[in-house]
Amino acid sequence: MKIVVCVKQVPDSAAKVVVEDGKATWGDAPLVINPWDEFAVEAALVQKEAHGGEVTVVTVGEEASKEALKHALAMGCGEAVLVSDLALVGADSQAVARVLAAAIQKMGEVDLVFFGRQAIDGDMGVTSIQTGRALGWPVLSLVSVISNLDPAGQVIRVERSTEEGRQIVETKLPAVVNVVKDIGEPRYPSFMGIRKASRATIPTWSLGDLGIEAPASAVKWPELENAPVREVQTEMISGDSPQEIADKLADKILAEKVL
Amino acid sequence: MSEKIWVYIDQVKGTAHPASWEALGAGLILAEKLGGGVTALVFGAQAAEIANDVFQHGAVEVLYADDPTLADYRAEPYTSLLTGLAKEASPEVIILPTTTRGREMAAMAAIDLNTGVMPDVTAMEIENGRVVVTRPVYAGKLFAKAYCEANPQLITTRVRSFPKAEADPARSGSPKQVAPVMGEDQIPSKVMGYTQATGGVSLSDAGVIVSGGRGVSNNPALSPPAGMDEKQAEIWKAQEGFKLVGDLAGVLGGAVGASRAAVDAGYIPYEHQVGQTGKVVSPDLYIACGISGAIQHQAGMRTSKVIVAINKDPEAPIFRMARFGVVGDLFNIVPALSEAFRQRMGK
Ligand SMILES: Cc1cc2nc3c(=O)[nH]c(=O)nc-3n(C[C@H](O)[C@H](O)[C@H](O)COP(=O)(O)OP(=O)(O)OC[C@H]3O[C@@H](n4cnc5c(N)ncnc54)[C@H](O)[C@@H]3O)c2cc1C
Ligand SMILES: Nc1ncnc2c1ncn2[C@@H]1O[C@H](COP(=O)(O)O)[C@@H](O)[C@H]1O
Repeated sequence: MKIVVCVKQVPDSAAKVVVEDGKATWGDAPLVINPWDEFAVEAALVQKEAHGGEVTVVTVGEEASKEALKHALAMGCGEAVLVSDLALVGADSQAVARVLAAAIQKMGEVDLVFFGRQAIDGDMGVTSIQTGRALGWPVLSLVSVISNLDPAGQVIRVERSTEEGRQIVETKLPAVVNVVKDIGEPRYPSFMGIRKASRATIPTWSLGDLGIEAPASAVKWPELENAPVREVQTEMISGDSPQEIADKLADKILAEKVL
Repeated sequence: MSEKIWVYIDQVKGTAHPASWEALGAGLILAEKLGGGVTALVFGAQAAEIANDVFQHGAVEVLYADDPTLADYRAEPYTSLLTGLAKEASPEVIILPTTTRGREMAAMAAIDLNTGVMPDVTAMEIENGRVVVTRPVYAGKLFAKAYCEANPQLITTRVRSFPKAEADPARSGSPKQVAPVMGEDQIPSKVMGYTQATGGVSLSDAGVIVSGGRGVSNNPALSPPAGMDEKQAEIWKAQEGFKLVGDLAGVLGGAVGASRAAVDAGYIPYEHQVGQTGKVVSPDLYIACGISGAIQHQAGMRTSKVIVAINKDPEAPIFRMARFGVVGDLFNIVPALSEAFRQRMGK
């Protein structure tokens, strides 16, 4: 099995993100691997352990995003690739997807590509789907369980989380999968893993290495602002008994006319 | 054929997902500004059955496809049909609701049609003839404006962010049937079945949500059945606690949510998780019971209209975003609140 995982580096989920000079800033909060992508790495490693083969982790980003790759290496991925090119500054999801597709094609003979559900910076939740479409491979999104993977027969069967419950779908490999949390808690990097990752040399591929020009980006982002401050005046409800508190609270809630 | 604004009506077995009416509502507002009407698209088993409904909700044209290859939603045949039609008719804007299906189709369509996608938008305006959308980013900490330079401009509307199109029984029309573009042998995926849905009201479009956190697990008044180990006893207690949460949700006709701590501890399935790595919800009323209000939880519920917090710790961050707060023991307050609503709402 040849498995690829696509990860992105993002500001920590607890970061206080604010706009300064029209740009998002997060002070000294750390940059980390996108939390959803840890689930994707976990899923990839589980399948490799079950079926043999190798896992390569890839990101499209700046030099600094090698840290996210190192986290994935420390978790157990065998190889990492950074795709970086100045021509990609401001690329939209569709352009990033085409670049990822080209990188996956360059790796050759890939059976399965894992993604996180969504990156917690742009909150788009589309890149995996677009990469699959650009490759012309089937896409299985919101996968919570991989119930069967048969590398020889080149089929995969999964459960997908949808509004109506779980849909059981089977498709042909190669395929693109994006995973949700139910796929399994990501492992912590081992001590050995961390040592190995810190010594790893990670190749950087430019668009030239991929043999493509920068794909055109259609989406433009003219303005960024802080979310409007939630203006709430908190009213604390107290009373001598739970009943009294509950009666007061129920009346107050009804007066808000939201029921 | 067809208007310059298209809206995809997401339907399953003859029932439109409610978010579809919001997408149509958003499309009608745009149509008013850009001129013209809205062409609606409905795919899947029993699609024709709701075509009339779609006319009543204000579409001037309805294109529908019903075929065995479309019986179950699958990304490839649905998207290829959508983009095949769009290549012929060149709409300027395609709006889909941000359901699992809508997001997926919009994302794929951007590749087929060489354009951009702007998912999960909360507002739209027209500037220089282009749609400028607002979308929350960084878990709603920031708002970004975006527009798409190419056509069609692909947009998905965030659930509960746009007014639903209103139905007028006086409106009608005759839907046009369109044919699928992929044969069964060209479709890579097969739907093998469905596992039990979790039942109850779906979180994403619920008007009322009552959520429980780690705090629901420690009712000292309960003694778990004999023979349970510590972890089993904790889960048993938590599930008893969630019954109180569920009872209040039931009285209010709402859905049950949970914090990640409650999900990770095994108290309740992941489908109920609200927050950054769960669902983003925006109900009219959100009642948080035994939830501290960590920033990642806030990411999923901060746009709720009225937030109520019940927590025994007066310093819990959740109080800072709450309209009403009760410092107290949820095991007393929550059942009393259910009772109070039962009396007031005549249940
Ligand atoms: C990458 C990442 C993603 C995350 N995503 C999410 C997410 O999607 N959703 C999410 O919720 N969290 C998420 N978290 C976790 C988040 O940081 C918190 O750990 C979590 O929300 C805490 O859940 P809690 O409020 O139930 O538990 P706690 O923080 O332990 O709070 C329990 C609360 O219950 C109160 N309490 C206890 N007993 C009672 C009682 N008898 N009556 C009343 N009150 C009582 C306590 O005072 C306390 O405030 C994420 C974290 C990370 C790092
Ligand atoms: N620049 C990137 N490089 C590699 N993978 C990415 C990149 N951006 C997004 N992804 C992957 O696509 C998923 C969805 O991202 P998004 O569509 O941006 O929400 C993420 O969870 C990652 O797995």
